[in-house]
Amino acid sequence: MSSTTNSPTHHTSTIGSIGTPSRRNTELALLVFAVAIPVFAYANVGLAINEEVPSGLLSYGLGLGLLAGVAHLVVRKFAPYADPLLLPVATLLNGLGLVAIWRLDQSKYLQRAEQAGTAAPRQLLYTAMGIALFIVVLIFLKDHRVLQRYTYISMVGAIFLLLLPLVPGLGQNIYGAKIWISVAGFSIQPGEFAKIVLAIFFAGYLMVKRDALALASRRVLGLYLPRGRDLGPIIVVWIISILILVFETDLGTSLLFFGMFVIMLYVATERTSWIVFGMLMSAAGAVGVAQFESHVQQRVQAWLDPLKEYKLSQQGVVGHSEQAMQALWAFGSGGTLGTGWGQGHSELIKFAANSDFILATFGEELGLAGIMALLLLYGLIVERGVRTALAARDPFGKLLAIGLSGAFALQVFVVAGGVMGLIPLTGMTMPFLAYGGSSVIANWALIGILIRISDTARRPAPAPASNPDAEMTQVVRPS
Amino acid sequence: MNKPLRRIAIFCGLLVLTLLLRDNYLQYVKADSLASDTKNRRVNITRYSTPRGDIIVDGKAITGSVETTGDYKYKRTWSNGAMWAPVTGYSSQAFGATQLEKLEDGILSGNDDRLFFRNTLDMITGKEKEGGSVVTTLNAAAQKAAYQGLGDKKGAVAAIEPSTGKILALVSTPSYDPSKFAGSSDTDAEAWNKVQKKNDADDPMLNRALRETYPPGSTFKVVTAAAALENGEVAGVDDKTDTPDPFPLPQSSSKLTNEHGACEDATLRYALTVSCNTVFAKMADNVGNEKMIEQAGKFGFNEAELDTPVRAAESVYPKDNQPQNALDGIGQGSNRATPLQMAMVASAVANDGKLMRPYMVDQLKAPNLDTLETTEPQQLSQAVSSKTAQALQEMMESVVNDPQGTGSKAKINGATVGGKTGTAQHGLNNSEKPYAWFISYAKLSDGSAPVAVAVVVEDGAADRGDITGGGLAGPIARDVMKAVIDSKK
Repeated sequence: MSSTTNSPTHHTSTIGSIGTPSRRNTELALLVFAVAIPVFAYANVGLAINEEVPSGLLSYGLGLGLLAGVAHLVVRKFAPYADPLLLPVATLLNGLGLVAIWRLDQSKYLQRAEQAGTAAPRQLLYTAMGIALFIVVLIFLKDHRVLQRYTYISMVGAIFLLLLPLVPGLGQNIYGAKIWISVAGFSIQPGEFAKIVLAIFFAGYLMVKRDALALASRRVLGLYLPRGRDLGPIIVVWIISILILVFETDLGTSLLFFGMFVIMLYVATERTSWIVFGMLMSAAGAVGVAQFESHVQQRVQAWLDPLKEYKLSQQGVVGHSEQAMQALWAFGSGGTLGTGWGQGHSELIKFAANSDFILATFGEELGLAGIMALLLLYGLIVERGVRTALAARDPFGKLLAIGLSGAFALQVFVVAGGVMGLIPLTGMTMPFLAYGGSSVIANWALIGILIRISDTARRPAPAPASNPDAEMTQVVRPS
Repeated sequence: MNKPLRRIAIFCGLLVLTLLLRDNYLQYVKADSLASDTKNRRVNITRYSTPRGDIIVDGKAITGSVETTGDYKYKRTWSNGAMWAPVTGYSSQAFGATQLEKLEDGILSGNDDRLFFRNTLDMITGKEKEGGSVVTTLNAAAQKAAYQGLGDKKGAVAAIEPSTGKILALVSTPSYDPSKFAGSSDTDAEAWNKVQKKNDADDPMLNRALRETYPPGSTFKVVTAAAALENGEVAGVDDKTDTPDPFPLPQSSSKLTNEHGACEDATLRYALTVSCNTVFAKMADNVGNEKMIEQAGKFGFNEAELDTPVRAAESVYPKDNQPQNALDGIGQGSNRATPLQMAMVASAVANDGKLMRPYMVDQLKAPNLDTLETTEPQQLSQAVSSKTAQALQEMMESVVNDPQGTGSKAKINGATVGGKTGTAQHGLNNSEKPYAWFISYAKLSDGSAPVAVAVVVEDGAADRGDITGGGLAGPIARDVMKAVIDSKK
């Protein structure tokens, strides 16, 4: 952002320069909206469904306001120069998600089908846990570069997390995808946490190896081809992704990790050839696995012809789901402006209506306008993340920030694209909106790390120490 | 590192842009087709979110709506559903709709464009949307008489007001009660499966009065007589026809015989009264296939799109070779007719040769009872000349009044009844029970003909010899006509 440095009054730049305002008051003002909008939405749902302002309105408003307020105060104290948009946008998305989950809780249709009922209070609890983790990150992670020390521990940790769902007795197979584990009655999706830990590993590893990967290459047909031995890491990650796809049968997680690695590799080495390689490898991997993995095939079939899939499920053919078509109908029925909160019928999606398919509820009730606003909010989080990466002064911070925001963008794309029928469906959740403890807690941690990096990046450089020698020389004046 | 970072930023922007484009495609371009897809349950949820308008017979609603606790707010109900099902059809939350319930759904659900202004007004004033009502031409007493007359027997009745074409009765048995599967529960699904053809050989869902064609048997002799008179094959109804008994079928070694009566050289009147096969086969042969098709067409045959508004199956009189055409003349060839078609034949005869278009929706009304649309009677054709119609009436009245006549059971005190019996054989070598037919009309002393009716009974639970149209179908026709006459008083 070279242009912005020329005009010191231009404050959109996050590049730290002396006198950068902390922007904490901007964040506070935005947070007021981020809490007020979901409270209005909550009242709206209550009026539409039960024809009365919900009795929990005050406690919900106070709860969300309190969480946001505490988070803000912690940011003010421990990361005063942090990006002012990340916290309000995440709060807004989280708040709207809670409203949509509560709205689906009210559905008599889902209650009869025993698919809903008490998800919202639990999600509020998860939100509190998520913000608590966010606070812990800000208080104890004084400098993100500390994470660099844990590069290889992170690698072990990530692999451990990814393998957990495969442990017999611990892992759960929910509708074909094995990405959950069950601990003490709670379902946890370790993949959501693995996303962050893996980003730390990649950032630490690539920061060390970037020169070798970038420079030692042969130029063929305008592309810098890496040396054979430098291909090692990408092939290892590729194999891990394929293994995830095969054993956990989850295309989304697999795509997410591999995509994140390729993005970080490209940023570290500045070599376009990695992108080309990455795309070829992921295409080959996905197509190859799809040849023999029936779960993946079925997802692709449902994507190509959702109506046929719907008909098969109506006929009671095992292994077919009406969800994809139901989601499309929900979006279509919403139209441009939507039906209004509480007045749609997205509950027809039944299973996972409040998690994987929550976007369809927004699509039907808030319409095209609402979905575009949500997508832009997600875009805003990604944009602030990328900007943080640009502003970061150290390569580790740059890589970590771009890895986290790139993964976030990929996840939004894979989930929203899947629900909207743009790509085959995968078993991932919309960050912050969807019901699910792992997702909301992990994503708050992600926002916490981004805020920490952005604080470091935007913090004004310490004033140069006074140099006694310099003082001395100034004494001599031409007379 | 900043250059690749900016590229990644653009890449992420493209991801979001792709999603935005997809969403615009989904929620703008495809929105209407997705929202109105009949498999999209929201269509039904909206349809049943307000009480449905009613179908009216004789000023009384034969339908209703009840509030339910299920997925849909309201459920359709019918009073005496099985009797009215051939008229109303069904409107089920789970299984769609048919007949009037489907064809007039716009009015009944309140979604019709003509109700748009009202709906918009209601939306502003916060009033619940209401459906309009469909006023039918049916006569409750006639419908009841027909339904009770058929009882457990398999068959159908169609009755028309000859001067207007108003359908007065439309019954098909066995029938189904649409109330049983109007909802969307498992019990509804069970009831629905039970009446499907694959689970019930009697096919109760079939609307026999409109949608089933039968060999018309001897009732078709009225059409053959009309063709003979119109084409000058016989000068008058009391002139002798030069007919051998038995009649050798042309281009065939078979000989056609008669069930009873002295049919050799019989007059047209006598031949119709005792139902001579030989005379009418010869007449059809004399008239020829082309002219027979023309005459049948004037009565409504070979019309693929007869909408009442429920579309009736096409009654056919096909192009045939000579022997087959002769058999068509006695309704035993390849010609087939719906009960409604045969009622139209009787009605055209009673209405001095004028065939009116049959219809069953008299008026469409808005929820505030403003009339949106009234069906005007419409002449379909001049089936026969007035003179031929008079001659046909004379003959059909002989069928009922002559001591030798086959239709004596249809007599009504205080009215002149003209009719024709029919016993249509079917099955290979006549192996199955024949169809008993009766078509008739009733005239009052003032010369008006308030009703024409066609009755078909598929399987009289009796021996073949006893199944003559007069015996089984005649009394039903009489009761229906009497009910109409009584309701006029």
